[in-house]
Amino acid sequence: MQDELKPTGKPLWQALIGAVLTTVYLILLLKVEEQSEVIGLLAGGAVLLLLLTKTGHLGGIGNTLHSREGALNLLVILGTLAIVGFFYEDHFTLLLIATVMLYVLATLGLNLQFGFAGVLNFAGASFFGIGAYTAAVLGAHTAVPSLLIILVGGVMAALIGCVLLLPVLRTRGHYAAVVTIAFALLFKTFLEVNDILGGPQGLQVPSMKVFGWDFNNNVALGDSVELSFYFSYIIVILLVLIAAFVLVRRVERSWIGLNLDALRLDETAASCFGLNIVRWKVTAFLLGNFLIGIAGALYGMVGGFVAPTSFTFADSLILVSIILLGGIGNVWGLIVAAAIVVIVPEKLQAIQEYRFLLFGGLVMMMLLFRPEGLLPRSVRRYFPGGAER
Amino acid sequence: MTNQPPANTTADAAKGKPLLMARGLTKRFGGVVALNELDLDLNVGEILGLIGPNGSGKTTFFNVTTGIYAPNGGTIEFDGRDLTGFSPQQVYHAGIARTFQRSRLSLPLSIFDNIMIGNHMRLTQGLWFNLMNRRAFRQEYEKSFETARALVKIFDPPLADRLDEPVAGLPMIDRRRIEICRALISQPKLLLLDEPSAGMTHDETAQLMDDILHVRGETDGLTIVIVEHEMGVIERITNRCVVLNFGSKIAEGTFSEISEDTEVKQAYLGIE
Repeated sequence: MQDELKPTGKPLWQALIGAVLTTVYLILLLKVEEQSEVIGLLAGGAVLLLLLTKTGHLGGIGNTLHSREGALNLLVILGTLAIVGFFYEDHFTLLLIATVMLYVLATLGLNLQFGFAGVLNFAGASFFGIGAYTAAVLGAHTAVPSLLIILVGGVMAALIGCVLLLPVLRTRGHYAAVVTIAFALLFKTFLEVNDILGGPQGLQVPSMKVFGWDFNNNVALGDSVELSFYFSYIIVILLVLIAAFVLVRRVERSWIGLNLDALRLDETAASCFGLNIVRWKVTAFLLGNFLIGIAGALYGMVGGFVAPTSFTFADSLILVSIILLGGIGNVWGLIVAAAIVVIVPEKLQAIQEYRFLLFGGLVMMMLLFRPEGLLPRSVRRYFPGGAER
Repeated sequence: MTNQPPANTTADAAKGKPLLMARGLTKRFGGVVALNELDLDLNVGEILGLIGPNGSGKTTFFNVTTGIYAPNGGTIEFDGRDLTGFSPQQVYHAGIARTFQRSRLSLPLSIFDNIMIGNHMRLTQGLWFNLMNRRAFRQEYEKSFETARALVKIFDPPLADRLDEPVAGLPMIDRRRIEICRALISQPKLLLLDEPSAGMTHDETAQLMDDILHVRGETDGLTIVIVEHEMGVIERITNRCVVLNFGSKIAEGTFSEISEDTEVKQAYLGIE
């Protein structure tokens, strides 16, 4: 965002207007069906963004929010609630929003591994799948409460991820990436040939039940208003997402985040200052897979159905491309990138078929012209706003 | 992690025993003998210059001492303990810190972050402490921030107010200073400096050497080994020099002694 003009901080009311405009824009984009309107909105949005960047408004607002993080957090949550509230009875749109949020959750985990510790993981969708299948099996055959199942989904992903620890620790860079690619391919084949897990047809996932309340029922508010059943799922996902976001933020703003950065940037130098490379790589890898697994378990419950075709190598690539697009290591960038990657092809029917081609092209353009991503990560601040300086 | 108290003057110092003793240290890379049966003693509180032509084994000696390479033969004793075959992590905890020939700072990270990488052994590393006990973490952070600021201030007072800036924007001399701060923050007993003047102008080098001598005054006689090609630097700051050629020690003594040594002249000038 720091282009020619060095943007100065803008007053908070401008940020507020920006947030309202963004929310309205997103509602419009999610609402319109006509392809020409979608294209018009996307083009208009891009031009407006470009203009605001050139005039320094966007950078200025960014600076303001950078220094007032509480305001930013609140605005994003309120904006999300406003959008979800607007589409309260629209199943399709709410499912789309839930998918964006689950992608953000999964990429938060991937970001711990790849963005912080530099451990490439091209099997993100596999760990996502482990969480989803865990939800399917436990939900169908045991009486484990739904909220616990979500946690177990994360734990299973982390545990099965241990299979990869040895090769990931013993190889570096591209070689480690190849190992995870092999895992992703093996995982999908394993699911397809495994009859207990439903084979290629997959499994039904029982709905979420909390304190006897079945999430697959619509919620009636009074006589006239009926909330989509996805509405309740989204509230749970939002809470989990906020918790994960806080967790990843705290990792970043602690000595652990520093350790992960140090080992990513220079393993030899880090070793010479006592850093236990294995310990921190393992921590990042397990914690990351845990978050991806949780996202997967929620995904299974929301969709009600899991099949091997949802957890392919291509899906793993989408997760990685969200990180590259958003800005490696920046947690806010993930939200923007996940929204683009999930919503645009869904709304723009014409590019559905070509979305992998387009993502590939987009990632290559990013790496060529803006390798730090849409929202580059800034220097670590341990206690933004309040730290003595 | 162990929280060892700083110990600059050890019990061994009083007995006049060397701080570091290398005996028959050998390192081979394939057919190349980088260190050949090297014996080297380092006295407590001295600044030892390690010199020799390119490829004579100076940096290899550092890399073997700090555990980056395991030696093929010989032993290293440091502060009364056998360090041979220690990992870099163990060497660091034993009290040896180093800088690198080509500056190895983490460029996207802030000055503070880079210095804190060197402070690893004094920072609480538990998951619970870091993620859940934010109040205690904040106290440790603030204390560390003051320590880092005080250390940088010794080198360059204005720089001490810019600890949150990324290292990438700093000139070479400041990067070297930060690298030395990163090595010093853990209060090591021995500091290994690998060509601190590389990539700097003559004036900058002189300035950095002032800084090093100044810091040494403040740190109660820290022991230093310095690898350097600038003979002016060596002459100015070392108490004693060891000259290497093809991995072996060919001379030892004060700078004026070794600069008169015929074998040293041959090694550098190639006179038959």
